[in-house]
Amino acid sequence: MAPVLEVRSLTADHGRLRAVSEVSLRLDAGEVHAVIGANGAGKSTLLRAIAGLHPPASGTVLLDGDDVTRHPPERRVAAGLSLVPEGRRLFASLTVEENLLVGTHVARPGPWDLERVYDLFGWMRDRRRQRAEHLSGGEQQAVAIGRALVANPKVLLLDELSLGLSPKVVRDMYATLPRLLAEGVTVLLVEQDVSQAVRVATRIHCLLEGRTTLTGPPAVFTPAQIEAAYFGLGKTHP
Amino acid sequence: MNWVGAVVQGVLVGGWYALAACGLSLTFGIMRLVNIAHGDLAVCGAYLTLVLSSALGLPVGYTLPLVLPIAFAIGVALHLLLFGRALRGGPLAPVLVTFGLSVMIENLLVAGLSADPRSLDAGRLALAGVRVTAFGSVITLSWLRIAGFLTALAVLGGLHLLLARTSFGRLVRATSDDLDTARLVGVRVRPVFATVAGIAVATAALAGVFLGMTATFDPYAGGLSLIFAFEAVVIGGLGSLWGTLLGGVTIGLVQQLAAQWDVQYTVLAVHLLFFAVLAVRPQGFFPASEPEAA
Repeated sequence: MAPVLEVRSLTADHGRLRAVSEVSLRLDAGEVHAVIGANGAGKSTLLRAIAGLHPPASGTVLLDGDDVTRHPPERRVAAGLSLVPEGRRLFASLTVEENLLVGTHVARPGPWDLERVYDLFGWMRDRRRQRAEHLSGGEQQAVAIGRALVANPKVLLLDELSLGLSPKVVRDMYATLPRLLAEGVTVLLVEQDVSQAVRVATRIHCLLEGRTTLTGPPAVFTPAQIEAAYFGLGKTHP
Repeated sequence: MNWVGAVVQGVLVGGWYALAACGLSLTFGIMRLVNIAHGDLAVCGAYLTLVLSSALGLPVGYTLPLVLPIAFAIGVALHLLLFGRALRGGPLAPVLVTFGLSVMIENLLVAGLSADPRSLDAGRLALAGVRVTAFGSVITLSWLRIAGFLTALAVLGGLHLLLARTSFGRLVRATSDDLDTARLVGVRVRPVFATVAGIAVATAALAGVFLGMTATFDPYAGGLSLIFAFEAVVIGGLGSLWGTLLGGVTIGLVQQLAAQWDVQYTVLAVHLLFFAVLAVRPQGFFPASEPEAA
């Protein structure tokens, strides 16, 4: 079976600075891949390029076998690729419910709708009329995930879920992941918290200065190997 | 005229300023577009009505079902051809592009329709008035002014409902909050903004029609309308629709009250008020940190 999401030697620049260099990924349905790496390793740029917000310099992005490399983000959403951006980025002046409704704008048919999201995050139904800007960071993150889910994506890109959240909130957030996978979503996530990434991922990719320094199922690596790839100690790539 | 009359007239005239300004407020509040040609587009609306009503032999009011859709289509086309690109060109590009558009419109109007002042024939409405007794003084109110004020209220109320209650309005507010994120959840920004531009130009044309019925206009009348409209928007608070109404009414009041004292100081009084507001409360009465949803 063709992979749900395939990225072939993707290269992306920030001005004259190379942010992502020749990165390749293959996600089969139901997998969870985690991209790890230090600050500035190119993780977020990689996700933004896959989502269509950052035009790549070269390389190909295939969604279910279709080349979407030149498609704008709004077309990729309709094709089943949604990004939960770093820092939540809710529509601050809209209510929780309105944020979710905007997410249904180009929804594909599928299991997720507002009711299912309210079931997933129990507190949300009672506070759906509140403005998004009045929510805590963890609540905003939940709404951002819900807003992406209601489009019924095949592939969900999660950028730094844990950023600025307390460890307990992060644990709760990741505890919802199996529920998403059970509905057939494939997940590509970016995470600075390596232990969290190793716990949930079926495969990890470590980036260092835009290049893949290590990739494989987390179980096959020792913590020392991951650490070496993360910080660039020793040479694991040509 | 007396003081009570001046206040009432000021509020009514202020409604027209709000109508002229609300499109400006809309495009600035939603897409951060400062449209220097907004006043000229209003004047275009007046000329379009003039041409259509004389060509078709229809009274002014009956041409509105033609004028407003045409104005809307012009706004959509302007966004697709000019504004959309200009907005991607940094903060200065929209100002320069719409300034150029303004110059072009004025000169095309002069070339095509001459610089003679014109006016629109409002028919019986033009001269009809109603006499009201309030606070012991008798005021004569023109039906045309009352109609203009009610139209402004209806337009602002309609825009508010459109933005606050409809799914289109939700997309507009989301895009206005965060454009990139709106695209990430599937909003196609161009048609949304083009529709907003269309609505803005249609409201400008409507304001132009009322301008033509209550006063004379010529190809250069857009400049002064634009300044007053800008002042209404800034006094009310950038990007806030109800603030724009309040700003328009404030300008109308100051103008009429200054006229009670000496007619030649009316324009100066408005500019001084504008200056005072900028000095004391530069964010305006209702700063739009909370866009139209309130």
